[in-house]
Amino acid sequence: MAQKKLILNAAWCKGCGICEAFCPKQVLALQGEKITIAKPEDCIFCGQCEQRCPDYAIYIEEEIEEVNQWVKPY
Amino acid sequence: MASELINKYMRPEHLPHIWCPGCGNGILMRNVAQAIDNLGLDHDKVVIVSGIGCSSRAAGYMDFNTIHTTHGRAIAFATGIKLANPELEVIVIAGDGDISAIGGNHLIHAARRNIGITVVVFNNNIYGMTGGQYSPTTPRGEKGTTAPYGNIDRSFDIAGLAYGAGASFAARGSSYHVQQTTAYIQQGILHKGFSIIDCASVCPTYYGRKNKKGSAVDMMKYQRDNAVMQEKAVQMSAEELKGKLVIGVLAHTNYPEFTAEYQKLIDRLGREAEEREREGK
Repeated sequence: MAQKKLILNAAWCKGCGICEAFCPKQVLALQGEKITIAKPEDCIFCGQCEQRCPDYAIYIEEEIEEVNQWVKPY
Repeated sequence: MASELINKYMRPEHLPHIWCPGCGNGILMRNVAQAIDNLGLDHDKVVIVSGIGCSSRAAGYMDFNTIHTTHGRAIAFATGIKLANPELEVIVIAGDGDISAIGGNHLIHAARRNIGITVVVFNNNIYGMTGGQYSPTTPRGEKGTTAPYGNIDRSFDIAGLAYGAGASFAARGSSYHVQQTTAYIQQGILHKGFSIIDCASVCPTYYGRKNKKGSAVDMMKYQRDNAVMQEKAVQMSAEELKGKLVIGVLAHTNYPEFTAEYQKLIDRLGREAEEREREGK
């Protein structure tokens, strides 16, 4: 299984609060002028924040595990 | 540090962009990149052309063949690029004022020609970069720095205007509706003729503040709550549609495309000249 991770690039965040408002699980919280990942364990990796972040500061990264498997199609 | 999509299609060394906190342009620019990615277009076959204004900064951030042109003339430059090399996928990114006021004539005539370029309008209803003057898409009654008592003009429906002038594909998206807008941009790029995607952006700094629309989040929620799909809108009365944002593919027709017609003309004249030569005239 691919491992998904929610990544925040705080240097690009301008604190508009759009990701916080549209997160269905209230994972994100605005602290001062920057967003923080308050409850990372609740994240369902829906990508709503990544889609609507105007500054590309938050995104989901997928670590693809190496699977060495040969599937015979015949 | 940025996502794969951003690293692939943007110039991260120029990010974060200069747009204000909560500006819808960033979301729309990502949609354009996503649409190009979904279609699997060749990097070197895509040209991004922009004019002047907030939205037109996009050409500087996107990592394709890009050109940042003069005010209102993005379509004129794009027409030249497309005619010189019809194989290129030419995408114009422009603001509402740039495309419908300063470049209004270019818009209607490129639409009339039905030249195969894609125009993505970042429509924020105001001139943001110059300080919030009212634009042709500022709704009647709304305020701008040059309309302190409310704008008395009617606003342009850019998608409708382009369609009326002859564009063969017209759609409307918004910064809230990411998936749909990306799909419309994709359809616009695939469409052979002139296509326009009028995207409702949000400008919390000028349009929002002048008209007490609240924060960027409130403006995005407004788009979410007031959007009506085109399929539903055709069944609604004018009264029910008041204050609604109709999104969807508004018009899709087929009409001969300009560069193809131009090539046909060149071929025909070439054949005729050859015939004349053969006959020894």
